[in-house]
Amino acid sequence: MSDELVVLLSELKKTEALEVVARRLERGDDPMRLLDDAREAMRIVGRRFSEGTYFIPELVYSGKILEAVAEIVKPRLTRGPTTAPIGRFVLGTVAGDLHDIGKNLVAFMMDVNGFEVHDLGVDVPPRAFVDKIAEVKPRIVGLSGFLTSVYQAMKDTVDAIAEAGLRDQVRIMIGGGVMDDEVRRYCGADAYGPDAMAAVSLARQWIEEPI
Amino acid sequence: MTDLTVENLEIWASGQGVNFVSDEAEAGYRARAGRIADVIQLKVPDRVPVVPSFGMFPYLDNGLTCEEALFDYDKADRAAMKTLRDFEPDMFIGSGYAFPGPMFEALGYRQLRWPGREIPAHYIYQFVEREYVSADELYHGYLDDPSDFMLRVYLPRTCQALGPLARMRPFAESFGYYLTMAGSYAYFGRPEVQAALQALMKAGEESLKWVGTIVKQAQTIMSLGFPTFWGASSAAPYDLVGDWLRGTTGVMMDMFEHPEELLAVMDRLVPLAVRLATEHGGRGGNPIVGFMLHKGADGFMSPDQFRTFYWPQLKAVMLGLIERGLVPMLLFEGEYTSRLETIADIPKGRCIYWFEKVDWARAKAVLGDRVCLRGGVPPSLLFSGRPDQVRDRVRELIDTVGHGGGYIVDCGIWFDEARRENVRAMVDFSKSYGVYD
Repeated sequence: MSDELVVLLSELKKTEALEVVARRLERGDDPMRLLDDAREAMRIVGRRFSEGTYFIPELVYSGKILEAVAEIVKPRLTRGPTTAPIGRFVLGTVAGDLHDIGKNLVAFMMDVNGFEVHDLGVDVPPRAFVDKIAEVKPRIVGLSGFLTSVYQAMKDTVDAIAEAGLRDQVRIMIGGGVMDDEVRRYCGADAYGPDAMAAVSLARQWIEEPI
Repeated sequence: MTDLTVENLEIWASGQGVNFVSDEAEAGYRARAGRIADVIQLKVPDRVPVVPSFGMFPYLDNGLTCEEALFDYDKADRAAMKTLRDFEPDMFIGSGYAFPGPMFEALGYRQLRWPGREIPAHYIYQFVEREYVSADELYHGYLDDPSDFMLRVYLPRTCQALGPLARMRPFAESFGYYLTMAGSYAYFGRPEVQAALQALMKAGEESLKWVGTIVKQAQTIMSLGFPTFWGASSAAPYDLVGDWLRGTTGVMMDMFEHPEELLAVMDRLVPLAVRLATEHGGRGGNPIVGFMLHKGADGFMSPDQFRTFYWPQLKAVMLGLIERGLVPMLLFEGEYTSRLETIADIPKGRCIYWFEKVDWARAKAVLGDRVCLRGGVPPSLLFSGRPDQVRDRVRELIDTVGHGGGYIVDCGIWFDEARRENVRAMVDFSKSYGVYD
């Protein structure tokens, strides 16, 4: 573990961090260790975001820096990551809705907090949620939506999961611009979270509890 | 010295120049506009105004799909006018929120997805963001000649049909030298360029048709005794960059990688944002200027970033409008509780702050003596709640925010899907419970 790279990345010093990455690769460091450092830095970024010292711009910028690091490091990787995820999480923006900023933040935060994230993207039909849940068997599902038009699509998705006989195998959280507890009640989800930090804390809590 | 805002509000509320259908309509207009003018100036009106921010609700409520409303201006007009008669709000937008689908289709506009096309017919159109302009282009090209940049860089990228305009010779070089013109105008003879010009003409025809409907409708709305919703619109410079040019991610990156250049471009956009409103909001008309704020909410930037990149430029636009006697009405999309002290720094009795999510008691405490507040009824409650719950919420809002005036009951955001009985409860209860002693 190199503290230097972790500090530079978590302080969002892009140029300096990329220089250190290049230098370490040149002297023959294991590329996997560089990625471990980057992951550690992202955990710090996520923690600062949760604590309110970093905001969405810092999160987004750190993601971009991470992309730049990965671009250099990944072609040299000879083995994959070894740490096991703490749980699986299926996520998507519901049918008819094309918004993805909030969903992407949740995916990022869940990922840096150790969850295996299966992001289905935007405009996801209920059937696609059902199929993915059947395939990867997550404990937790996240539905995102930004429009009053999709209140019903939220409910349709939860209903489809129930009709497929999968409702008792997952906990469902909802979030996004116009969502709230009233929508949670209406669609039959388990919780509403106002932001990406709430998603992580709900997921951590749920993963500890029996379904 | 004349106070232009007061003067404009008085002229607007007097109904001067409106051909009312009856004395009753005239009295109704004066009462409604007077009520709005009072709350803007933080005076106590006869009752709390109620202005539902109808999004697609009028169309869905009257059996249309959103697709029909966006592609048939007459149908949208009829549905909107029915909603006006049904609910009698204190201001009304008409069908101005149902933008002309055929116009955008003619242009091959890429930034919206349309109901009945890419998304279900009963959904509202959706904005699809992209980084249309790179940081380098924006910061080392735009400032040289913004109009040329829009014509030859931006529009060809955002409108598929206008792609050929990208290769036009800049008009800055058209000095009238016959030698230059003789050759460079050949470009307009090329079939693909003529197709682009045809697309512009078709878009123009549709826009004219739509504007004709909206203008006639506004006259009808006023003649029946109802003030229109606003007279013009503008935007925060940060949103102009983030929404249209760089995208959310792009503008966030720019705060770290190009802070000085971002600030310089936004400074340049301040007078443009003022002009956006002043070219359309005139004396005698509605002085309210709407702003839809997208990217300054809690979490979307730190308090320091908000005080550096968002508020100073937005405030400069607002002051430019206030100076001209116009009334900025800001829809703060998202949560804004952490920004209240910052946004309180604005002249008293000159603005409407319309919140989607905020701590209303704190908002009243911090802003109550500065600006008129608007909003507070959650769209989810209108969609799936019960009328008694809606009434409870309106009562709570009027008690918390409405005391002493300076408040307008509304949903916190444009609403599409909602139960008619809930909207009815919001409007009727505001009118009965909201009467001041």
